[in-house]
Amino acid sequence: MAELDSNIATRSLPLSGVHGGSAAVRLEPAQPAERINLRVGAEDVSALSAALGLDLPVKPKTSSSANGRTALWIGPDEWLVFADGGGSIGSSLTQAAASSNVVHSATDISHRNTAILVSGPGAAATLNAGCALDLSLDAFPIGACSRTLFGKVEIVLLRTAENTFRVEVWRSFSDYAFGLLSEGARDAAL
Amino acid sequence: MSASSNSGAFRIKGAGRLTPARTARFTFDGKSYTALEGDTVAAALLAHGVHLLGRSFKYHRPRGILTAGPEEPNALLDVSRDAARRQPNVRATVQEVFDGAKISSQNRWPSLKYDIGAANDVLSPFFAVGFYYKTFMWPKEAWAKIYEPIIRRSAGLGVSPTEEDPDHYASRYVHCDVLIAGAGVAGLTAALSAAATGKKIILVDEQPEVGGALHYDASTTIDGQNGYDWAQATAAKLKAMPNVTVLTRTTVFGYYNHGFLGLVERITDHVAKPTKDAPRERLWQVRTKKVILATGSIERHMVFANNDRPGIMLASAARSFLNHHGVTVGHNVGVYTAHDSAYEAAFDLKRAGVSIAAIVDSRDKPGEAVLAEARKLGIDVLTGHAVVDTSGRLRINSMTVARNGNFDRRKIKVDALIVSAGWTPSVHLFSQSRGKLKFDEANQRFVPDVYAQNSVSAGGCNGTDNLAELIDEAITAGGGRIALSGENRFEWTGGMIGAAEGAGPDHAVKAFVDFQHDVTAKDIRLAVREGMHSIEHIKRFTTNGMASDQGKLSNMHGLAIASEMLGRPIPQVGLTTFRAPYTPVTYGTLINHSRGELFDPARKTPMHALEEAEGAEFEDVGNWKRAWYFPKRGEDMHTAVSRECKTVRDVAGIFDASTLGKIEVVGPDAAQFLNLLYTNAWDTLKPGKCRYGIMTREDGFIYDDGVVGRLAEDRFHVTTTTGGAPRVLNHMEDYLQTEFPHLKVWLTSTTEQWAVIAVQGPKAREIIEPFVEGQDLSNEAFPHMSVAECTVMGVPARLFRVSFTGEVGFEINVPADYGAAVWKAIWERAQSMGACLYGTETMHILRAEKGYLIVGQDTDGTVTPDDAGYGWAVSKKKTDFVGIRGLKRPDLVREGRKQLVGLMTKDPKEVLEEGGQIVADPNQPKPMTMLGHVTSSYWSENLGRSIAIALVAGGRSRMGETLYVPMADKTIAVEVTDMVFFDKEGGRING
Amino acid sequence: MLLIHCPYCEEDRSELEFRWAGEAHVVRPENIAAISDEEFAEFFFLRNNEKGLTYERWRHIHGCGRFFNAARDTVSDRFLMTYKAGLPKQPLPVAEKFAAIAEEKSVETWEQTEGDAR
Repeated sequence: MAELDSNIATRSLPLSGVHGGSAAVRLEPAQPAERINLRVGAEDVSALSAALGLDLPVKPKTSSSANGRTALWIGPDEWLVFADGGGSIGSSLTQAAASSNVVHSATDISHRNTAILVSGPGAAATLNAGCALDLSLDAFPIGACSRTLFGKVEIVLLRTAENTFRVEVWRSFSDYAFGLLSEGARDAAL
Repeated sequence: MSASSNSGAFRIKGAGRLTPARTARFTFDGKSYTALEGDTVAAALLAHGVHLLGRSFKYHRPRGILTAGPEEPNALLDVSRDAARRQPNVRATVQEVFDGAKISSQNRWPSLKYDIGAANDVLSPFFAVGFYYKTFMWPKEAWAKIYEPIIRRSAGLGVSPTEEDPDHYASRYVHCDVLIAGAGVAGLTAALSAAATGKKIILVDEQPEVGGALHYDASTTIDGQNGYDWAQATAAKLKAMPNVTVLTRTTVFGYYNHGFLGLVERITDHVAKPTKDAPRERLWQVRTKKVILATGSIERHMVFANNDRPGIMLASAARSFLNHHGVTVGHNVGVYTAHDSAYEAAFDLKRAGVSIAAIVDSRDKPGEAVLAEARKLGIDVLTGHAVVDTSGRLRINSMTVARNGNFDRRKIKVDALIVSAGWTPSVHLFSQSRGKLKFDEANQRFVPDVYAQNSVSAGGCNGTDNLAELIDEAITAGGGRIALSGENRFEWTGGMIGAAEGAGPDHAVKAFVDFQHDVTAKDIRLAVREGMHSIEHIKRFTTNGMASDQGKLSNMHGLAIASEMLGRPIPQVGLTTFRAPYTPVTYGTLINHSRGELFDPARKTPMHALEEAEGAEFEDVGNWKRAWYFPKRGEDMHTAVSRECKTVRDVAGIFDASTLGKIEVVGPDAAQFLNLLYTNAWDTLKPGKCRYGIMTREDGFIYDDGVVGRLAEDRFHVTTTTGGAPRVLNHMEDYLQTEFPHLKVWLTSTTEQWAVIAVQGPKAREIIEPFVEGQDLSNEAFPHMSVAECTVMGVPARLFRVSFTGEVGFEINVPADYGAAVWKAIWERAQSMGACLYGTETMHILRAEKGYLIVGQDTDGTVTPDDAGYGWAVSKKKTDFVGIRGLKRPDLVREGRKQLVGLMTKDPKEVLEEGGQIVADPNQPKPMTMLGHVTSSYWSENLGRSIAIALVAGGRSRMGETLYVPMADKTIAVEVTDMVFFDKEGGRING
Repeated sequence: MLLIHCPYCEEDRSELEFRWAGEAHVVRPENIAAISDEEFAEFFFLRNNEKGLTYERWRHIHGCGRFFNAARDTVSDRFLMTYKAGLPKQPLPVAEKFAAIAEEKSVETWEQTEGDAR
């Protein structure tokens, strides 16, 4: 048994080693992140905000970031919260949420999702190969986010800069998402 | 030889806008030709005097080029770049010549000039409209063997390519404030006006360059500039504006709900050597706040006897070929018109040195200005005359002219005849948007009336003919403030619809209305005589307007002829509905990226690559790829599966259960919520324990099942079937959000958070023990149906003691990214202990040996928990759950319902077919009384015999009865048994 | 493709993100276990499937995930109004009512064009 105790499992990331893009767009898998799906009623949003150290956005299609954590409005009582460079188990986020001592649901989805970063002048056009949202800066400014469809898969889209987007996608859909992004990137460079 | 004569003897030096030095070579029916860059295939062939381009659909009559645009019904060709890049039914008037194009004619055999099918023309009395409805009726047997093959061979145009399409196609969603369809004078003006407001504009035109009618109309000036030059300058100006996108070679093919339009942009079809990354076409899916329709109008042909010979074409087309391509359609051209516009074509040709044989005008009083100009140019004008016939086998060589109402005829030699019956506003997109048209009696045309969406029509498509009015209308439509002036030389008058003189009801002549489908004026009259009184019926009976050009030229003529026959005014006869697409769109564009690997997502578990390396065969379950079985070298499926089945029960097996749906149910009311959604009771389940749950719909039928583990008072880990995961979550959300919103509980899909490694079999515990920390795995501490949060290989895990095999079983859930490492380590150890990997096939057999249900295989949406033998899973104490009332319905509680039972064939080697019907007496007369059917059937290596599960009427009261499964070649006797075939006492599950 | 106003996201979104979820305002009886067969049939099986103005449920399944109610004209496919789940059936705003009627008159339906080809 002793020799097995040291046998700690190593992590294999979806999309590991994958890269792509075109002259107009860079596509790269994001670093692993801690993520929770956070659910809480309107009356307890402020308690969770305090516990997580960021203001949970209450306006549709908006996000907020603070202290290395980002919260995305998904629905009226639903947020995707992620922390970059997080550990394997989402414990810091679930623990932080638990410290609020109000009724809520924080479920670890660190491994359910993976993320692809889409950056460059053709980023919006790349996404619009399969995403029906209006991604002009007026309609989808920096910090805007939404769950939506990309081709045949569901994604959560976040604009982190004028020409940079983060695409959160379930891990088994990530090959498809990356493939369609590659097609979009090829066309966006023309 | 000069460059211009190289590119064709009918090229007129100094005419046209193309550059003589820039040439492209192509072949037509094997013969090589030189074109100028910017030529359409039609223009290039006309430049060489080639008018004969194809044979018609039904009568195989020689046909040429009728138009110079996308409305072309006749000149459909096969265009290829290489063996795989071949496209049939390409309009010669749209396809631009590229260097190296191989082009051939269609619908002819053995050659274009001598076509055997042309006998149909002689035999045409037998091929009257509706002939196939009437002719091929008897005898019935002749259909399959004689009629159908003949019809199939002669139906359809062109030949489909057989190779896979090597091109790729792109797709783009885009939003804008104003989309402008058409970049002629109206569209460009509207774009300038709209762009001035700062709004986001997309201007679209189907031609390679903007300009629309200015391609042919060389006499119009805008702001003192030549019209065409103004158009190009305006497009350049618009393109330079940050808020404007100009798309040429792009067709707005559909105008759908809520400002949604489909556009196809042709990107490489005109390019000799496309770059690898360039898509052939790009689909634009546009959502716009407003649409400006500036689609112009389409010239109509004249309907007269033998009006379809090669060399007969629209006057505006001849003018396009001359003024844009520098090509004359003949050296001695006749004109037949009912509208002033054809005069201008004659003037342009005349000034270019082409002889005009005569202008035959059906009207007594053409416009005075054009008449005066004709006289000035010395062109003979025959007013009040008709062309009553033409001659020339493969190309027109004369027209026969008669004064209206007079029988005296005379032949006039011509080598081309240009025609115009006036102009039809292009209201296709307006109509697609569900706008309502009105009939403009004075001008005999339909124009937009009531708009259904935020759109506005400007210019020709709105029936606005006057240039100044058109410009005003376009500026207003654009909403900006700009000033623009335009001038044209002649105001046009005239126009007619319907059959011309000499092609009326008392003339048995072929006067074509619809060229592509060979529909004549006579055919439409016949349809009315046959009793078709609705334009929709006439259309279908004659197929008028049903070809790929959708009747852009023929609809109004057909309508007028029908109206005359019916004696009802046109608005009462009605207009057929315009439908998308405006012009044919390739499948490649419509599906764009959805092919190959992107056809559908292929979902793979974290262990997929390792399973692949172990030789797994995979099966599709929903979008998932699941390991089906793991054949060793030399094993077929049966051998591999039998080995896996045996090894699991003898030693142990490892199974990838990651695809099972997982839903985290969290909140103080979690148990109460599950009580409402499942038939079972959940408040009695202690944290750390699992329970098998059944979910019914409100009607009482089984919807899904799965094991639910309670991790804490307020946290459940729910599992669903693989295929059921999304719909079960939707079903739960539905009830939670709309029926039980007072409950404090939330749902999160965690299917993909966890990699699930099932280890099943007598040695399961021994295999996993060294990897698990923080949980005593003994039977006492961790009995069957337990769940614990612990650590596996240093990773936080959820460990379930569950079994879908009847053996001691564990399901290790680790965060998905660790799945591969944990799987690998466990498999290494298991392998050394003699265990195996197993796939879904073995899983199915092992569960069937134990009589465990698979929802969707053994149930079909009409099976209650009791029917399935799971009545125990329905709580008797609960006062509410989804399905509680449905289960009490009289039909669901009656005796004799179909119930799941086991079947054992009398011959143990006989494996039943799933779906096989079951009867009590195989000798009863047909139709037999079916008692039920086989839902699952396998060879069980562990039992050394076949086993089956079946739904049988009154099944549980038939234990021991012999029933029969009649097959095509034999009848199989079976005995009804209970569903548990293996380890009936169930001792093995506890180790 | 329709544009649907999600009352939770507070904007128009493409039909692609939504899923239809049947007739709205069909109330699940509180004492469902005790209702008669007829009442159950009325609640579960029978739907009006009305032509013209209908109230139905939709889910913004690939967006905020919420179920909501919509008033839609099945003739024109126009969404006349959407509102949050749990609210009682909302009357149509007057302007929409007029637009709906005008639409019904102006839009070519199958019955108007093809269906009357007797």
